[in-house]
Amino acid sequence: MIAIMAAAAKLRLDQVSMSFDTPAGPFAALAPVTLAIPQGRFISLIGPSGCGKSTIFNIVAGLLQPSGGRVFIDGVDATGTIGRVGYMLQKDLLLPWRTVLDNVVLGMEMQGVPLKAARERALPLLRRYGLSGFEYLHPNALSGGMRQRAALLRTLLFDTDIMLLDEPFGALDAQTKSHMQEWLLQLWGDFEKTVVFVTHDVEEAIYLSDQVYVMATRPGRLIETIPVPIERPRQRAVTLSREFLAIKERCMNLLSEAHKSALEQAA
Amino acid sequence: MTAQDTSHAGAPLDLASPAAAPPAKEIRRLPVRKDWPLGFIIAIQVGILVVAVALWQAGADHGWIDGFFWSKPSDVYATLIKFFAGGDAWTDIEYTFGSTILGFFLGTAAGSLFGLSFWWSRNYAAVAQPYMICFHSLPKLALAPLVILIFGLGLASKVAIATALTIIVSALTTYAGVKALDADQERLFYSLGASRMQVFRKLVVPYCLPWIISVLRVNIGLALTGAIVGEFIASQHGLGRAILYAGNTYDIALVWVAALVLSTLAVLMYAAVSWLEHILRKGIKQ
Repeated sequence: MIAIMAAAAKLRLDQVSMSFDTPAGPFAALAPVTLAIPQGRFISLIGPSGCGKSTIFNIVAGLLQPSGGRVFIDGVDATGTIGRVGYMLQKDLLLPWRTVLDNVVLGMEMQGVPLKAARERALPLLRRYGLSGFEYLHPNALSGGMRQRAALLRTLLFDTDIMLLDEPFGALDAQTKSHMQEWLLQLWGDFEKTVVFVTHDVEEAIYLSDQVYVMATRPGRLIETIPVPIERPRQRAVTLSREFLAIKERCMNLLSEAHKSALEQAA
Repeated sequence: MTAQDTSHAGAPLDLASPAAAPPAKEIRRLPVRKDWPLGFIIAIQVGILVVAVALWQAGADHGWIDGFFWSKPSDVYATLIKFFAGGDAWTDIEYTFGSTILGFFLGTAAGSLFGLSFWWSRNYAAVAQPYMICFHSLPKLALAPLVILIFGLGLASKVAIATALTIIVSALTTYAGVKALDADQERLFYSLGASRMQVFRKLVVPYCLPWIISVLRVNIGLALTGAIVGEFIASQHGLGRAILYAGNTYDIALVWVAALVLSTLAVLMYAAVSWLEHILRKGIKQ
């Protein structure tokens, strides 16, 4: 039974944990986390700083070796291997000496795709997804929102089924952020990627996701999985619906409880 | 509305009344900077030169300064004509120029590669660090006599000194670039499945290029210093040797001539390197 579930999951974390040795003894950054995400889902992780969201991402991306547990992608053990998921950080990390087009093809280039072929593939996508006219500019000529678009397209063109997005819109103003959310949903719909999204913004998490995972600190852990059964495509007005607000309230309560217990623990 | 109006109208009145008068505040304005026209600046620059040369000539002619030790512009000019007519001039210039350029390229290239190599291993960088700092703080010119003994009296010893002066500056500056590299940027490359070699070629080298370029102008000056010092110690050619020889034979006019030619050479090389830097920077942007 478990094996069947595992096979169905695109990305599965099995008892993944992380602890660091400190002078004061081992510090648990992440208590064992188990979760399974089916193909094509959009899920969000929310939680206070230090709840281990970025640790999970680094482990899944293979940039950090977990202290315990395994990561499975398509049912295959992928623990500690790099280049299997697209990973986007809050910083766009565009290379200033490359044009937008050449930044976007970076992932393909690392995979050994000839530059010319990679550019030919990327160009129509840049034009279709709002970077028309920016292809041959350098990143410093772009606004924050445009830079994030380029960074997201770079992640997308890396051609992995899974995209990890670590607060990609965290540094954007509210207006740009809401544009970018629509844009991301459009991309997600077009490419059928499995997306794991980290954010501090509860409303953003609910609006975008099929499921919201709420996390807590000390140690970083998953405390609740909240489904978002709101039909897609979603209109912006849905954020004011009773259903949406109920989910939001539940998330807020969980977060504030987690916050309180963390404070008590610290005291 | 009315209440607001009165309070607004009242405020300046209160300030003006002698009872509530605060101590008078000194009125300050933004200092005005006025740029002279470029032609005016050049005229002043030329003027200073002309006046200095004229004073020098007059001083030597009227015995205000000792013409034997100071020489004078007319003698310097005559010697300059003789220096170039005699044929030694171009050999000397070529010699000094050659050792400077060779030392400059060798030192800059080797130093940059050395600095970049520290990216590959933090352990190796940690081991090399004290030696680098030691070699950097060491007055390398003090070792010049030793270099002459090892590399001989010819061009090789001058190139070696010029290289020694430039290599360490390039290495340290490039290493500063390596250290400034954003760890997240490297993580991005690895998350895309990049190999170490790919990260080095596509990230580390282009990232450090501005650092490497920024030392070019410093290095050309250092390389020239190294070449001249090498010639001072032992050489058969070069502008440095010409200056030393002229000084030893009390041919002060020739000292001035060689120094003049040397500064012209220095300015030309500096300009060429600035141009090279400009080209390289433009290349990076594209």
